Amino acid sequence: MSAKPPRMNDLSWMIGGPQGSGVDSSANAFARACAHAGLNIFGKREYYSNIKGEHSYFTVRASSGTVRSHMDDVHLLATFDAETAFRHVREVVDDGAIVYDPALGKTKVSDIPTIEHRLAGELKTYLISRGVGESLDDLFTSAKQRGVTLIPIPYNGLLEQIADEFNVDALSKIARMVNMLAVGASLGVVGLDFDYAVRSLNDVFRGKKSTVDMNASGAHKAYDLAKTLAPDFRYRLQTLPRKEPRLFLSGSQAGALGKLYGGLRVQTYYPITPASDESEFLEANEVLDLDGRSIPEAEDSKFVTEKGASVLVVQTEDEIAAITMAIGAALTGARAATATSGPGFCLMMEGIGYASINEIPVVITLYQRAGPSTGMPTRHEQGDLRFALHAGHGDSPRIILASGDFEEMIRDGLLSFNYAERYQMPVIHMVDKALANNSGTVAVPDLTDLRIDRGRMVVDGNGYGPEHPYHRFELGDNPVSPRAVIGQHGTLFWNTGDEHDETGHITEDPVLRDMMMEKREAKLQLANQEIPDSVKFHYFGPKDAQTVLVSWGSTKGPILDALDQLLAEKESVGFLQLRLLNPFPTEAVLAHLAKAKHRVDVEMNFSAQLGGLIRERTGIAPTHLVLKYNGRPMSNNEVHDAIRAIIRNQAPPRTVLTRGA
Amino acid sequence: MALEQVLKAQDFATEVHNDWCPGCGDFGILRTIQMALAELKVDPYRVAMVSGIGCSAKTVHYIKTYGVHTLHGRVLPVAQGVKLANPNLEVVAVGGDGDGMGIGGAHFVNAGRRNLDMLYVLFDNGVYGLTKGQASPTLKLGVQTKSLAHPNINEAVNPIWLALAAGATWVGRGYSYDVKHLKDLIVQGIRHKGYAFLDVLQPCPTYNDINTKEWYGGEDRAEQNGGRALPRVYKLDAEAFDPVVHDPTEIEDKAKQALAKALEWGDRIPIGVFYNNEHVPDLGERIRQRIPTYYERTPAEQRIAGPNGEPLTDISKLFARLTVPPSA
Repeated sequence: MSAKPPRMNDLSWMIGGPQGSGVDSSANAFARACAHAGLNIFGKREYYSNIKGEHSYFTVRASSGTVRSHMDDVHLLATFDAETAFRHVREVVDDGAIVYDPALGKTKVSDIPTIEHRLAGELKTYLISRGVGESLDDLFTSAKQRGVTLIPIPYNGLLEQIADEFNVDALSKIARMVNMLAVGASLGVVGLDFDYAVRSLNDVFRGKKSTVDMNASGAHKAYDLAKTLAPDFRYRLQTLPRKEPRLFLSGSQAGALGKLYGGLRVQTYYPITPASDESEFLEANEVLDLDGRSIPEAEDSKFVTEKGASVLVVQTEDEIAAITMAIGAALTGARAATATSGPGFCLMMEGIGYASINEIPVVITLYQRAGPSTGMPTRHEQGDLRFALHAGHGDSPRIILASGDFEEMIRDGLLSFNYAERYQMPVIHMVDKALANNSGTVAVPDLTDLRIDRGRMVVDGNGYGPEHPYHRFELGDNPVSPRAVIGQHGTLFWNTGDEHDETGHITEDPVLRDMMMEKREAKLQLANQEIPDSVKFHYFGPKDAQTVLVSWGSTKGPILDALDQLLAEKESVGFLQLRLLNPFPTEAVLAHLAKAKHRVDVEMNFSAQLGGLIRERTGIAPTHLVLKYNGRPMSNNEVHDAIRAIIRNQAPPRTVLTRGA
Repeated sequence: MALEQVLKAQDFATEVHNDWCPGCGDFGILRTIQMALAELKVDPYRVAMVSGIGCSAKTVHYIKTYGVHTLHGRVLPVAQGVKLANPNLEVVAVGGDGDGMGIGGAHFVNAGRRNLDMLYVLFDNGVYGLTKGQASPTLKLGVQTKSLAHPNINEAVNPIWLALAAGATWVGRGYSYDVKHLKDLIVQGIRHKGYAFLDVLQPCPTYNDINTKEWYGGEDRAEQNGGRALPRVYKLDAEAFDPVVHDPTEIEDKAKQALAKALEWGDRIPIGVFYNNEHVPDLGERIRQRIPTYYERTPAEQRIAGPNGEPLTDISKLFARLTVPPSA
């Protein structure tokens, strides 16, 4: 046992198990119990591209302070299989603890087929170095030697008690409950009031009383037992009184909510990890409520009284159909979007070019994952920036907006549609696997400043008709032509993937070609002039910091957590988060990076794609790169350590981060 | 969507120069579509013509309705996107055999599964005309059209079979030189409640020197017919062929009958309606069962913003579901 003082409300907890065994639900239950207690939560989900059997795990940080990322250390590891213990025991700190099933003690590394050969070899070497044998008991002996508290929970025995209590005839029917027993044990170890577990189980099982009761009873038994076994565990949780409600959500949900708020009416998709969750959430909520308070009764009283709206979600045959069907929907005036990941985005190239040349507002939410090709389908990367920038042949303007956290995902959902319609071009909203699968608590966002901007649209009763024909691609001072939609009286128009004249018919005339090309590109310049700095980028930390980090997307979380620590250590460091990546905010980047002693590009890819883009667009290059491409998101610790080494001039120009299981 | 002012076929013609080859079978299809639109008295502002890529795809530029000339093979998803977002529009898709059966094959299959209320007209000439005469998916095995270095090495796909297998609920075939008959088929296809597929035999005078107008017309068989051409094309309705599924119990028989007819080729090539089944709910109706206001408040026409851009979609209930209550 550690003699150190207790650490209250700053916990890193992990649970793992075979896929299909309820790891996600148990993590959800633990995290929600902590959230009910008022703590801030950050959850990270890791899983294989597999349905059942491969190892998955979930880390939860529960803290009274702000948490935006995971940390390397695990304080409490909850397991109900041997593999989780073998894989993660080394992450448990010396004064940490492990919840485990004592019945599995004789299991050896070599008994577990789902542990890769390379890792099995590494584990055996580790066990030899610790002077112990190859079994789980050996592993725990070694852990105990360095101070780790062992908390054996005889899951089967507890299940038998529950079966008796609730008259369950076969133990196999409730075998799955071990995950909630592990949660109960964890809550007992950290000393959180069990009442929060009950509230959480009500959430997880949606109030289904019999299920809640049985799981609560089981969890309580494990809770009491664990509390007895580790009465003075150092890492403890207690209620953080909080008066305001908060959201507990995942990035996929945030993505869907933003699109709905932004007026999405048609979403197409083809199933792909990690993008499908967003579409499934939308489909489950396809009938929408309207808030007609802003509409004067005289203007549209029917609308106010007969509230009702919907989002149509269409599962297509492939991503080519997904983008082109969304384009068809957009031509009718519906706000239309699709969501995909790298392999699906590959199939959308031609459609993106089509939307660009035809000036069709369509939004593509790109959930990046590790590539190339199928890559690692369930693992994280930010490897598609260059791809999104250049996707398609020819010069085809598009706007690229990247979100760094849940609230940005919500806001950017609306902004993406605004920009797509205002500048009449495709918008690629870039997010990633980490954002999609992370979950946690956030303040209920205040979105009251957001407005829907549909850009230059032809109004009904416009005066167009045979005598005064409408020209969809009218050339004038404004590169944005008034946009009509199919079905709008008086406004016939044509579209073609070929170069076109003002009406939309095919042309190969060199003069018209120049004019249309320049018209389209001028819209990007207009976007660059009009989009406010508050959307283009965020800067954190002191002005004129000696070291400035620059990054985009979900690295925001670990960077901000690392930044807090570096600033607390009195380092002169700032962080420029780029959100608008095309058109590129050249001036902002120059203003923030030019004078910095260390310009550190932090990205989740091999080739420092943003770093190269900065160099291309500003003429200045990062002095240091901090990169990661092993498929696991950056922890705040590894960002912190890498930056501190750079500040101390102890780092090479290129640092590759490699942590994460 | 009846118009007060009566439009003639000519009123559906644009002034765009038509650059098809002289004698192209496409002209007949273009003309019949314009005639059908006039006969149906549609409001041009409620019609979207959607096409793929190739000679056939230029059709939309010659028709005075909304015209969406899309990408190679993508006519169906774009057309379905238009129709799904605004089910009150009339949507007609047109495209070539390479476009629909080759590069767009997956879309063809899935359009059948959806049974969305629209017509798809396939310009079927056995070759890729605009790229100078390569074999298309509907060119028969062993046939050597004039651009081919060797006889066609692949078997042809049967568009009628494929449409039936995919789930199209109205399947027909026309011939571009029988304008009146073709016009009637287009009118029927547009009127059909559900996904209608119309295969149109359309000679390419420049690259398909085998399946020519003369060949379909049977001019080579005049000798066996007392000096008069003996057409290969014949009309199903002239033979008392009843393609209509009157009752769901007839589906199997009517489908078998259509499949059998679709095998005929060579000396006797049937045109007309092969299959017509209105007992399958179209996709719009299936959507309406889930979204009761789908037709009244189409995705395209829903108002999404207040007078000053206030977002109208109320996500507060979704927020409420995701809310953790205060701990104190």
